[in-house]
Amino acid sequence: MTTAAGPAATSVPLVELRDVHKTFPAARGGTPVEAIRGVDLSVEAGEIVGIVGYSGAGKSTLVRLINALESTTSGSVRIGGREIADLKERDLREVRLGIGMIFQQFNLFRSRTVWGNIAYPLEVAGVARAEQNQRISDLLHFVGLADKAHSHVDELSGGQKQRVGIARALATEPSLLLADESTSALDPETTQEVLSLLRRVNRELGITIVVITHEMDVVRSLAHRVVVMEAGRIVEQGPVVQVLSDPQQPVTRRFVSTIVDDEPDAEALAALHARHPGHFVKLAFRGDEVRQSDVFAELLSRDVRFELVYGGIEEVQGETFGNLTLALDGDPAAVTAAVAAVADLVPTTELSR
Amino acid sequence: MNLDTNIGELWPLVWQGAYETLYIVAITLTLGGILGLLLGLALYVTRRGGLYASRATNLVLNVVVNFFRPIPFVIFIAAVQPLARVVVGTGIGNPAIIFALTLAAAFGISRIVEQSLVTVDPGVIEAARSVGASRLHIIRTVVLPEALGPLVLGYTFIFVALVDMSAIAGVIGGGGLGNFALQYGYRQFDAVVTWTAVVIIVALVQVVQLAGNVAARRIMRR
Ligand SMILES: Nc1ncnc2c1ncn2[C@@H]1O[C@H](COP(=O)(O)OP(=O)(O)OP(=O)(O)O)[C@@H](O)[C@H]1O
Ligand SMILES: [Mg+2]
Repeated sequence: MTTAAGPAATSVPLVELRDVHKTFPAARGGTPVEAIRGVDLSVEAGEIVGIVGYSGAGKSTLVRLINALESTTSGSVRIGGREIADLKERDLREVRLGIGMIFQQFNLFRSRTVWGNIAYPLEVAGVARAEQNQRISDLLHFVGLADKAHSHVDELSGGQKQRVGIARALATEPSLLLADESTSALDPETTQEVLSLLRRVNRELGITIVVITHEMDVVRSLAHRVVVMEAGRIVEQGPVVQVLSDPQQPVTRRFVSTIVDDEPDAEALAALHARHPGHFVKLAFRGDEVRQSDVFAELLSRDVRFELVYGGIEEVQGETFGNLTLALDGDPAAVTAAVAAVADLVPTTELSR
Repeated sequence: MNLDTNIGELWPLVWQGAYETLYIVAITLTLGGILGLLLGLALYVTRRGGLYASRATNLVLNVVVNFFRPIPFVIFIAAVQPLARVVVGTGIGNPAIIFALTLAAAFGISRIVEQSLVTVDPGVIEAARSVGASRLHIIRTVVLPEALGPLVLGYTFIFVALVDMSAIAGVIGGGGLGNFALQYGYRQFDAVVTWTAVVIIVALVQVVQLAGNVAARRIMRR
C-alpha cells in the first residue's frame, strides 16, 4: 500500500469531466429529467473533494457518471486520462474495479459475513485465494473490525457496517473512493468515527476521495475542496476555508450558514434591536490579517460603547475566521466616525433596522 | 355413519399411492422449479430498472404467464394433453400428469420467484456493479443468494400446491394418494379410507412446511 499526504498536483487530473450532460428519458407521461447540465470538474490525485447540494441537485448522478454506473448523454469523462464515455461494458467493469464506492445505506450483502463482503470484489477481480485472505485480514485491521470477521452484517451497528463498506470498497486497492452520503444514516459520534477513518484512507493510503453530502460539517472536517451543485450545475467551488469564509452564491451562503454564523436574519435582527440600543455593524474577520484586539481598541479609543450581539469565530483546518455583529452606542457623530475607522481595518457591513 | 371399511386390505395401495404422490411431486418440483426459476429470473431482470431492463420482453413474458397461470388445473390437463402425447409419448398416466404439472408449476413458480427477487435491495446490486461484477455474475452471486430465504419459502409453498394439484391425476389415469382416496374412499363410501389418505397427505405437507420454515429461518437469520 502506498502512502501520500494531502493533495499532490499532477499534470493529469485523476478525474476530469468536460461539459457533461445527463438527461434521463421521460417516464411514462412525464418529461425528461436533465439531471446534469454541463458540468466541468477536475479532481486531483490525493485530494478530498466535497460535493454539496440540496436534494435533486444531481450529486448522486454525478458520482455515478464518474464510475460509469450511469452513461453520459454528452460530454467527456476521463479517469486517469482515459476517456470512459464510450467504453464497452466489459472495459467499464475494469474501470469500476479501480474505483471504490460507499453508500448511505451501506449496501452490504446480507447473505455474506463481514469477511465474505470484503472478499466479494476480490473474487470479481480474480485475485488468488491466498492473496485475498492476506488483503482481507489487513483491511479488517485497518478499519478496526478484526474481531468481527465472521459476524453476519445484521449483527453490526451502523458505524461498523459503514466500516465494512469502506473495507469492501478498498479491497481492490482503488485510487479513487466515491462516498455518497456515507454518514447521513449515522449519529454524530459515529459520523466522526467514519470521517476520521476516511481521513486515514486519504492520508495513509493516498486514496483520492469524493464525498457527497448535504452536511456542511462533513465538508468542514474532511474535505480540502468543496463543490456546490444546484439544479444539475456546479455553481461554486474552491478550497473549503475560502468558500466557508466568503461564500458567493445564495445556495452556498445557505449551506455555510448551517455551520457558520453570518449575520442575523431580519427576524433575529428585529429581536436584537428591541433588546440592544444603538447602531449595528457586522465585522468579517478573515485569517490572521487583522487582530480583533486592534479593532476593539480602535472602538474604545473613540468613546463608543459596544456590545457583541451575534456571531462567532470559526476554526477550519487551522484557519480562523468569523463574523461578529456589534451594537455600537454613543454620540451619533462618534459612532459614524468609529464605523468608518473600523471599516479601514476589516470588511464592515452596516445592518440597518 | 357407515364405518364398514376395507382399509385392512388396502394398505399396500396406500403406500403405493403415497410413493406415487411423492415421486410425481418431486419430479415436477425439480423440472418445473428450474423452468419457473428461469422464467421468474427473466421476469425480474427485464423489469424497469432491472439488470437487463426491456419493456418489450417484460411485456411479452407477463402476457404469457398471465395467460396460462389462471387456467384451472383440471382444464389445463385436458388442454395440454395433445402436447403431452408429442413430448412424453402419451396423453394418460403418470408421465402425462407430470408433464402437465411441470408446465403449470413453471408458470406459478415464475411469479413466486419474481416476487422473491424483487425483495432484494437494489442497493446491493448497485454495490456489486460498482466493483465491476458482470450482470450474470451478479445474478448468481448476489441476486439469488440474497433472495434465498423467500425462495425457500416460495418453493415450500409450491410443494404444497403440487401435492394439492396432483390429487386430480386420476382424471387421466394418473396415480397417487389423491387418486387412491377418490377411487377407494369416496366412490366406495369408505370414509376411513378417505381419511387415511387425508391424514397422510396432511402429515406430508406439515413435515415439508416445517422443514421449509426452519431452513428459511436459518437462512434469513444471517
Ligand atoms: N434513474 C433515474 N431515472 C430518472 N430520473 C432520475 C434517475 N436518477 C436520478 N434522477 C433524477 O435526476 C435528478 C438528480 O438526482 P440525484 O439523485 O442525482 O440527486 P441528488 O443530488 O443525489 O439528491 P439527493 O440529495 O436526494 O440524493 C432528480 O430529479 C432525480 O429525480
Ligand atoms: Mg443522492
